[in-house]
Amino acid sequence: MNGVVVINICYVAAAILFIYGLKLLGSPATARRGNQISSIGMLLAVVVTLFSRGIVDYTWIVVGIAVGGVIGVIVARTVAMTGMPEMVAIFNGFGGIASLLVGWAEFHPGRGHSPATLVAIALAVLIGGITFTGSLVAYGKLAERITSKPILFGGQQIVNAALVLAVLVLGAICCFADGGSSPGNARYGIFIAIVVVSFILGVMAVIPIGGADMPVVIALLNSYSGLAACAAGFVILNNVLIVSGALVGASGLILTNIMCKAMNRSLANVLFSGFGSASTSGGGSGVQGEAKPIVAADAYYIIEAAQSVIFVPGYGMAVAQAQHAVHELAQQLEQNGCEVKFAIHPVAGRMPGHMNVLLAEANVPYDQLVEPDDINPIMETVDVALVIGANDVVNPAAREDETSPIYGMPTIDVDRARTCIVLKRSLNAGFAQIENSLFFKDNTRMLFGDAKQSVTSLVAEFKGE
Amino acid sequence: MIVLSLTPLPADTVPLPVMLLFVLVLSIFLGFELIAKVPSTLHTPLMSGSNAISGITIVGALLSSGSGNGPATTILGTLAVTFAAINVFGGYLVTDRMLAMFRKKDDNS
Repeated sequence: MNGVVVINICYVAAAILFIYGLKLLGSPATARRGNQISSIGMLLAVVVTLFSRGIVDYTWIVVGIAVGGVIGVIVARTVAMTGMPEMVAIFNGFGGIASLLVGWAEFHPGRGHSPATLVAIALAVLIGGITFTGSLVAYGKLAERITSKPILFGGQQIVNAALVLAVLVLGAICCFADGGSSPGNARYGIFIAIVVVSFILGVMAVIPIGGADMPVVIALLNSYSGLAACAAGFVILNNVLIVSGALVGASGLILTNIMCKAMNRSLANVLFSGFGSASTSGGGSGVQGEAKPIVAADAYYIIEAAQSVIFVPGYGMAVAQAQHAVHELAQQLEQNGCEVKFAIHPVAGRMPGHMNVLLAEANVPYDQLVEPDDINPIMETVDVALVIGANDVVNPAAREDETSPIYGMPTIDVDRARTCIVLKRSLNAGFAQIENSLFFKDNTRMLFGDAKQSVTSLVAEFKGE
Repeated sequence: MIVLSLTPLPADTVPLPVMLLFVLVLSIFLGFELIAKVPSTLHTPLMSGSNAISGITIVGALLSSGSGNGPATTILGTLAVTFAAINVFGGYLVTDRMLAMFRKKDDNS
């Protein structure tokens, strides 16, 4: 058998390892092994590629792997669990730019290409470029280097439409003019224009999206980074890139869909509506009544007497780094004979599964975490719901107020628990800028202050300090 | 010895890009089936892990970086290798770090 066949059989093996690894990711008990198996697949694919006859010089390969490897290892070791959304966002971008560069390197003038290859290159550059700059903007918003509010300006849709049209026209010229045979400087100029327009499109696509919608954006960019790898696979006619890229693309699309459903909004609405900007904050104006503040000592008496308590964490818990204190409080409650659950809304936090990872970091067992559909039917039997830094996902307006922008969104119905204690800095609206009628309900008490300090003082009460 | 040569091909053989399109479509369906079974508690590790998998583009990057097709291709390829390597190393390691923290109740390991 010749070398090419051996290499490709190894690629098939690598694809099998990726698929099996993802399958094991279906349960927390086997997920870690699944990730390891997937990484063995990657190692296999890289090692056999190094034996390709096309590779004549290893110097720069070693440099690239060494530099990238060191950066990757350092980032992976040092990133805080609360910083995970930013990290995933920027890594999506790196995947995109890598695929763009593969397309560019393949295009570089010097040899002609068939129109089919040129189309694949153009797609790799377009998707990769959008993924790269879009992810950088998403990173900036998540790390709060730039405002997390939607950035909108007049004529935005027209500018975007013009950019899309431009990229289509440039792409058509680049791929199909004179049969694609001549490399030529003119074609290279058009190619560079496609790169530039793709970068601009990525920025334009993400700036109108607000901070609370970031879970959708990260999931979508995750999908794009896979599709860019797919396109690169068509450039170099390589099966393993196409299979792996498609798996990632499908994964990102599923997560995007789950996030959209959890907010009861269409993908188009998330991407184009500028949700959370001043213009959409009109709803919930009917909110009336008075919030009832409570001090930690009184809150302690309520939860000390409770038979069942659910915690509802949100982005505020991540900001306050309160997950360890929350776990300590949960342990105190359990020692007190109380049943404790954590109810996690799919869009709580800034990326899919954000709260689950934070609670895992704080040693909360994953079988204590429940989803809204599990807890809502038995909400009346819950003595106390402790809302920690969550806002829109517990807003009863989603059920009660047809004029609210979030009307119809599935929520965790904490207002139906016997008592609801909300830990919050102030009465300000959440990231979606919508008033929360929960704060004014009869059975709601507001425990104002930093979430971590409030939880810590509750723990201190239990310990009798 | 078996010689698995791809040439000469009969005139009506399906072109390679079309075969690859077939692979693409099947892989997407397989992906939907696999990922739909991942519980929501693992969605963050799923994202970072699939992120690492999208670093597979490193295979194309290696071929460009080492091709010896002139300085421009080498530079572009090497940059691609670097970015993809960040994805691969960082993605797998951080996923492993996260998954190591997930534990069941009464599991003290």
